Amino acid sequence: MSEVAVEEKQEVKAPSEPLFSPKNKRLITDPLNENNPITIQVLGICSALAITVQVKQAVFMSLSVLFVMIAGNWIISTIRNLIPSRIRIIVQLVVVATLVTLVDLTLKAYVPDVSEKLSVFVGLIITYCIIMGRFEAFAMGNKQWPSILDALGNALGYAWILIAVAVVREVFGSGAIWGWKFIPESWMMSNGGFYMNNNLMILPPMALITVGVIIWIQRSRNTNLIEA
Amino acid sequence: MEAVNIFVKGIFVENMIFAYFLGMCSYLAVSKTVKTAVGLGAAVIFVLGITVPINYLLENYVLKEGALTWLGAEYASIDLSFLSFILFIAVIASMVQLVEMIVERFSPALYGALGIFLPLIAVNCSILGGALFMQERQYATIGDATAFGLGSGVGWFLAIVAIAAIREKIQYSNIPAPLKGLGITFIITGLMGMAFMAFMGIEL
Repeated sequence: MSEVAVEEKQEVKAPSEPLFSPKNKRLITDPLNENNPITIQVLGICSALAITVQVKQAVFMSLSVLFVMIAGNWIISTIRNLIPSRIRIIVQLVVVATLVTLVDLTLKAYVPDVSEKLSVFVGLIITYCIIMGRFEAFAMGNKQWPSILDALGNALGYAWILIAVAVVREVFGSGAIWGWKFIPESWMMSNGGFYMNNNLMILPPMALITVGVIIWIQRSRNTNLIEA
Repeated sequence: MEAVNIFVKGIFVENMIFAYFLGMCSYLAVSKTVKTAVGLGAAVIFVLGITVPINYLLENYVLKEGALTWLGAEYASIDLSFLSFILFIAVIASMVQLVEMIVERFSPALYGALGIFLPLIAVNCSILGGALFMQERQYATIGDATAFGLGSGVGWFLAIVAIAAIREKIQYSNIPAPLKGLGITFIITGLMGMAFMAFMGIEL
């Protein structure tokens, strides 16, 4: 008798949505373009600009954010019913700070050169509005699996802008990608050639202008996004 | 004299916005009118001026390797620096809370004007960035650290008020529609950053 009851209970649960239902898919695809954390929601800009001189740094930064967001969103959505709402910000900060400490120590141990270049910006992941924003807006009110997908989508939306800016800056600024110089030395002006790297691209202001241009392109392709 | 140098450098040369892009989110979100920009800028100066020295003491008397020697020789080998992120963010969050309570108690008008911006400062990366730069650069005295905090705050204030003034005027100009709002703000900030690069290398 009891077995039947268990089976019935499972059948009631069975029509729950599949892992990649259209709704769940939108959680990933939305932040890539129409609801991009950087260009539309304007969150998490600080790092997008500061560490995009080289593609390598940008990739490691994106991986760190990806890890912190997925783990953090999962933890928060797991314990969301236990967190008293008055101290939720502090609980969220502690979760992020712990995860970021883990990432920082891991980077220091395995890729010390990247960790040195990222310097304080890994620590600053703690104060990313993008991460706190996802915790507040999504993980506090949703189950674990959608939260993980949401984190994945937002982290990827963040990552592609970061890597796009880094590619532009590294190609024009140092004539290289991932440290590999594809412009032959003999072309360089210093060796009597015609080519010269645009040093301005390496300096901080060009990151802002590159992101500005990406926003321009994105909004002229999708006119719904234009601000009044 | 060193402190003056650090203060001026924090405002112009190592400007939080133009050189490191710290606190960009609130910089972009709150710079639509000069009035709100001034309020947030003042709050940032205040909080940076308080939290950087406190975190300096924490770093030098609790966290750094050998910082605990004042407790006794057997504590000299303890290195708690892996805790620095958590403790810094705790100090910042509690200081912001404290500042909020004090302002509410003594100046309700200012409290009303700042509104949501005060609590938001807790997650403004320029504040934590100030603490982390202080840790990385290892300032010699607490006076230097305070000068750095205040200088960075004034630099941030300058940046947000300037962009707010430009954005108020730019509403009347004819910009391509997709660039309106966010896009043009990014590009103007980039141009301002280029202007501030002229200060590079200044030593007092």
